Amino acid sequence: MLVYLPIAEVSTNLFTLLGVGAGVGMLSGMFGVGGGFLITPLLFFIGIPPAVAVATGANQVVASSISGVLAHLRRKTVDLKMGTVLLIGGLIGSSLGIIVFRWLSALGQIDLAVQLSYVVFLGIVGGLMLQESLRAWYRTKKSGSPRRKLHQHTWVHALPFKMKFRVSGLYISVIPPLLVGAAVGVLSAVMGVGGGFIMVPAMIYLLGMPTKVVVGTSLFQIIFTTAYTTIMHAVTGHSVDIMLATFLILGGVIGAQFGTQIGTRLKAEQLRILLALLVILVCLKVATDLLIRPDELYSVRVLGGF
Amino acid sequence: MRALWLVLLLLVALPARAGEIVGALSQNRVSLTASFSGSEILIFGAIRRTAEDLLAEAEAEAAGGVDYDVIIVIEGPRQPIAVWRKDRRAGIWMNVDSVTMASVPSFYAVATSGPLNQILSPEADAAYRISARQAIRAEQVGDGSPQALLFAEALLRIRERSAHYMALDRFVHLDRDILFRANVRLPANLTEGAYTTRMYLVQDGEVVNQFRTAIFVRKDGLERWLHELAYEQPLLYGFLALAIAIIAGWGASALFRLIRQQ
Repeated sequence: MLVYLPIAEVSTNLFTLLGVGAGVGMLSGMFGVGGGFLITPLLFFIGIPPAVAVATGANQVVASSISGVLAHLRRKTVDLKMGTVLLIGGLIGSSLGIIVFRWLSALGQIDLAVQLSYVVFLGIVGGLMLQESLRAWYRTKKSGSPRRKLHQHTWVHALPFKMKFRVSGLYISVIPPLLVGAAVGVLSAVMGVGGGFIMVPAMIYLLGMPTKVVVGTSLFQIIFTTAYTTIMHAVTGHSVDIMLATFLILGGVIGAQFGTQIGTRLKAEQLRILLALLVILVCLKVATDLLIRPDELYSVRVLGGF
Repeated sequence: MRALWLVLLLLVALPARAGEIVGALSQNRVSLTASFSGSEILIFGAIRRTAEDLLAEAEAEAAGGVDYDVIIVIEGPRQPIAVWRKDRRAGIWMNVDSVTMASVPSFYAVATSGPLNQILSPEADAAYRISARQAIRAEQVGDGSPQALLFAEALLRIRERSAHYMALDRFVHLDRDILFRANVRLPANLTEGAYTTRMYLVQDGEVVNQFRTAIFVRKDGLERWLHELAYEQPLLYGFLALAIAIIAGWGASALFRLIRQQ
């Protein structure tokens, strides 16, 4: 059954959209990620213009993160103060990202920029995650190994403008969280992702936040950053497709519930290895598209369109 | 004197010998709604001739015969486009150069009663800009260099593959050289606007008569409302998108919690 998407101006199969939403939703429920990094490339693949895919991807992340953050708020595992600092950075980053996005679109290089950022970020994060999770897995097999210190003191702790973050139990400068937030904001605008895959490791390793507040706090920040990104894309590019978003979200929220069920049955280390492999797989797929000679060297773009 | 009269009569009869083409469409309004999945349009019409035409034709037929052919062109709204070419830079295939074309049809279908290159002379094709290649006209592609022509060829190739440009040879059925009809399928991915429909009556490779009408394609219902909102009230539209996301995200988790508790 075909549906006509009013903004993307393409007809797509309804069940494909619901399937993409459900599949990504299931993975995001399993791994606790927003799934933007999967949905945007999949939308490219089914022929949605990149600008629409990125803007609508951001909108979808809002929906998939909201149920997660509600659960974390109930469990009080959200550091609202840290979240707000990250958010301020995020809004600045997202605004910059929107400008960069417009500029690259005008240059005709937005596809390349989006694909390259996918390769670079997914490659780095996937690699680090795989290495880390394999090591953790190895540790749990050899029981009795020493526990890692809660957090180490690094150069991050020597910067000025210090602030107390009670929930995280931290007394650090606001500069690193602002920068982390800004970096994630840029990614959100350019790649249509929430940026959890960057923010979670950054919060643990760079800011030294305790693991139990990391996911809730990153989700809190992601909701507002992606919400802002959605509005900005809607206003500057008219590229958010509500129809497309609704079908993705519909599939997504249902898939996420099943994903959560599956997720609770798997061990944390196994989950992380699987997630790392998934991230690397997406990275390799995007990379091969850039490296292999395309069948059609030419492409047509309607000016003033997407 | 008699011979002169005959010549005069022939001269008067000659332009009139060309028939007149009259056509119509099964529908001249196409609505793009959520369930739009393409549309089949029936184009039909007749070739009108006076008694003298028929007489002259009968004579011509006796002397070897010339048949009429019909060409139907459906042309979608014109848009400015850029054609980009990829090349390998530092091991990566990326867009390196582009050619912009000020105005090319978003959709172009040519349906004919016979192979286009056999029924129409190249001169007539150029004069009336009938084939897709003529419709995008190489002149508007940069400087007309061979390099620029490659971009025009690429445009034709890409649009043909996506079924936005179609050459429908022998899709027009001619009935006793009087009635004609053709079915043209409009794809699901249509641009809004007026789709001019030209019908040409062709004889001896030349266009002898033409008829024009149009199909109006517009978004309708919810699609129209959303599209207008997105462009006229983008902020409101953005908030609507967010509201849907928030309600769906929150609603689903609330719903599933309720299900699990029971």
